[in-house]
Amino acid sequence: MTKPLLDHLPYARFLKLKTDVYGDEVTVVMPFSEHLIGNPMIPALHGGSTAALLELAAMAKVSHDYPRLRLPRPINVSIAYLRVGKASDVFARAHISKAGKKVAYVTASAWQESQDKPIATLTAHFQLDDTTGD
Amino acid sequence: MPNPELLAILPQLASGSAHTHALGFRLESIEGQRVRMRVPYRPELVGDPASGVLSGGLVSTLLDHVGGMSVWLAMDQFQSIATLDMRVDYMRAASPGRDLLAEAECYQLNRTMAFVRAWAFEDSPDNPVAASQAAYIIHKPALRDGGSDQAQIQNQANA
Repeated sequence: MTKPLLDHLPYARFLKLKTDVYGDEVTVVMPFSEHLIGNPMIPALHGGSTAALLELAAMAKVSHDYPRLRLPRPINVSIAYLRVGKASDVFARAHISKAGKKVAYVTASAWQESQDKPIATLTAHFQLDDTTGD
Repeated sequence: MPNPELLAILPQLASGSAHTHALGFRLESIEGQRVRMRVPYRPELVGDPASGVLSGGLVSTLLDHVGGMSVWLAMDQFQSIATLDMRVDYMRAASPGRDLLAEAECYQLNRTMAFVRAWAFEDSPDNPVAASQAAYIIHKPALRDGGSDQAQIQNQANA
């Protein structure tokens, strides 16, 4: 087993992300760390850290399913913030809803206590054709 | 001219939380209804080690944050807000080794919601790395004293 994609990416390391792969299921964990806090009084995670986790979890899933891609590139991402991110670990898992020749449509969800209570969700398009663009 | 009390706290609102401090965010300028922020280039913030291009997750975080700043500028005061949703289009890779700037404008505001467009770029918003559209919820009624109290800022910034 080679090292997970995110272990190679500096920003994923900055967020201290860990990847767990079981079969086709790719779960990314963002362990709680003080430097993720956007609001010290609640305290709450910065929404941007959760958005980055979701985007990187989606990249990890696309990379897992399409290992020929050097690095999956997002075309666009849409994030909905559903609950306050508390000062604890965050988990994220992505699902590829549709993959064509050039583009994959990916959804992802981030949660803390329970997967049924997501703190944020992502929908995104990723480029599958590694030869176009740069 | 913006409310001087708001102007005085905007730099802290840009970089005062643990996360924005760790990322090196800072307020760059204010022009009319537009607010601009900068994140200095650092190898830790790179998304693709082969190219040295900054991470999309960092770009999203910067756009989300500068968007919130534009809401306060449009309200001309500090209030508790939260991002409801945000869509980011990535037009091109950021130039390796260069600082990233972002500019936002709150183009519509009512009592409970604010709507924002923002751009990330190295030189000009006319040549964006990414562009975003976001909606923010306004949580609380205006602080009549202008909200310059430090505890309020800490309490309400960047949730």
